[in-house]
Amino acid sequence: MSNKTKRSEKIFGIIILSAILLILPYLIGDYITYVTTMIFFFGYLGLAWNILGGYAGQFSFGHAAFFGVGAYTSTLLQIHGGVNPWIGMILAGIAGLLLGSFIGYLCFRYGLKGPYFALAMLALAEMLRLLAVEWMTLRYPLGISIPIKGDSFLDFQFKNKIPYYYICLFMMAGAIYLTHYIEQRKIGSYFKAIRENEDSAQALGINTFKYKLVAMAISSFLTAIGGTLYAQYYLIVEEESVFGVTISIAVLLGPIIGGAGTVFGPVLGGFILEFLSEMTRNLLGAYSGVHLMIYGIILIFVIIFLPHGILGGLQLAYRRISKGV
Amino acid sequence: MSLPGFPLLLQSIVNGILMGGVYSLIAVGLTLIFGVMKIINFAHGSFMMLGMFITYWLYVLLGIDPYLSLLLSIPSLFILGLLTQRFIISQIMDAPAHNQLLLTLGISLFIENFALLIWTPNFRNLEVPYLKKAITIGTIMVSLPKVIAFIFAIILTILLYYFLKKIDLGKAIRAASEEKEGSLTVGINLRKVYYLAFGIGTACVGAAGTLTAPFFYVNPHVGGIFVITAFVVVVLGGMGSFIGALVGGLIVGLAESVGAAFVPGQVKQFIIYSLFILILLFKPEGLFGRTSE
Repeated sequence: MSNKTKRSEKIFGIIILSAILLILPYLIGDYITYVTTMIFFFGYLGLAWNILGGYAGQFSFGHAAFFGVGAYTSTLLQIHGGVNPWIGMILAGIAGLLLGSFIGYLCFRYGLKGPYFALAMLALAEMLRLLAVEWMTLRYPLGISIPIKGDSFLDFQFKNKIPYYYICLFMMAGAIYLTHYIEQRKIGSYFKAIRENEDSAQALGINTFKYKLVAMAISSFLTAIGGTLYAQYYLIVEEESVFGVTISIAVLLGPIIGGAGTVFGPVLGGFILEFLSEMTRNLLGAYSGVHLMIYGIILIFVIIFLPHGILGGLQLAYRRISKGV
Repeated sequence: MSLPGFPLLLQSIVNGILMGGVYSLIAVGLTLIFGVMKIINFAHGSFMMLGMFITYWLYVLLGIDPYLSLLLSIPSLFILGLLTQRFIISQIMDAPAHNQLLLTLGISLFIENFALLIWTPNFRNLEVPYLKKAITIGTIMVSLPKVIAFIFAIILTILLYYFLKKIDLGKAIRAASEEKEGSLTVGINLRKVYYLAFGIGTACVGAAGTLTAPFFYVNPHVGGIFVITAFVVVVLGGMGSFIGALVGGLIVGLAESVGAAFVPGQVKQFIIYSLFILILLFKPEGLFGRTSE
């Protein structure tokens, strides 16, 4: 098959898939639409984490720091400064990026690696959560509510939840495109070189400090934007739900299970996790915890038997077969 | 910020040292596992929670004295730790460090949410009449269970130190942590040493759970509070250093307690976390750690 037909087939496939995804909410009920929205949302957050954790190999256990900063930035600006949430979203991204660059500068400048970097990020997220408790809980004991303005795209509020489906789909598609773009360029191979062996990458003349910082900046920016989206979806921001360890874990589980360092791994992981979480909720009632217990088992199995995640494992198997080994 | 008077300061110093003894015991377990296997055990706090629940249920259901339940919590967590090493951790001894951390995260997710399922998220308190007493020395008042916990924690830590220094099996563990290749050549069975080290590390934190239960709440997520403190202690003392864990525990206990006398509520935790990040950045080998990675 020539390259040209392959390419046009690919484009055709993307068009068909987009068409299906665009009309999907009208074919499936409210409930499935909600579940799909959540898959897109966690897929998006997983993709954001994946750029730093999956491609550049810097595992963060504290992405809730950026998520929470994003949620609080746009919400506080909206409530106290009357800033439009769409503009707030960009400012939230910038706030996340600044925080990410700051902590990234410190960690990478002083050579924090592997689990030490992971734990430092965890501590950062916990510190921000404590600050939020200290500063916000007295003034907003029940969390900060965003005033309801009704149905308005400009105000980033919708009575019906379908628009959020499209927003999450759009953001996930954007993150997939960005990841694909990075993977195709030099920057992607620099990230991977750092992940595989940082010392060799440095020896080859790659400025590892700079590229780790770039990965951190992109990842923190995207994650913070996700925070704003979360705030506008639930119209309430509360420190435990945006800065909590649960968010940090939820964000990394998808890529780890689906395949860190692959374009579609985080989406696949998000799908599996959200599917399981809804299944257990339906089977066992709203009792929280069971789905996390199952996440724990899956995580143990994936790390032992599929250390590169599902897609990563498939890719390796495919390469082995095509090489005829 | 108001300056506390001298009696209050003295009071918080005593409280800090008492709590620090328990932190030391938790951290000794964590640092032993790290020293021997280079694994950062995220599930350490979950094992502590199990120790607390063992003590809680033995008292509530059978009326067994909380300190007597050490006789059950220590061996059962030893076995649980050994099995965890045998069947789960041993599979990934050569995996990248972040995957090892993720594996122990998976174990902790499983244990804590399983506990949540069978024991509900309710906050429980162990109400033992004779432990309600407080001891008064001059102007200082300390609660009896904290004093007992401190004494037991120090005894257990010294016993473990003696075991590692004098007993052959303990020497094998130390040898494995200091010189992997060398200990193999002198015929040490590393696999068995790993089982033992993980078992002992887990037994330590199980004992700490039992000792903490009489003066703290018991709930499936309680371990999370202690595990992060234990990370701070271990990093402060130096990853893998026994003496470091002991001294680090006392320092963090003191810092927390004296800090609480000066600054309100959440800020003391904030200070401990910033200390953690600062040590990681500027003195990653800690106070007593070996300088190499």
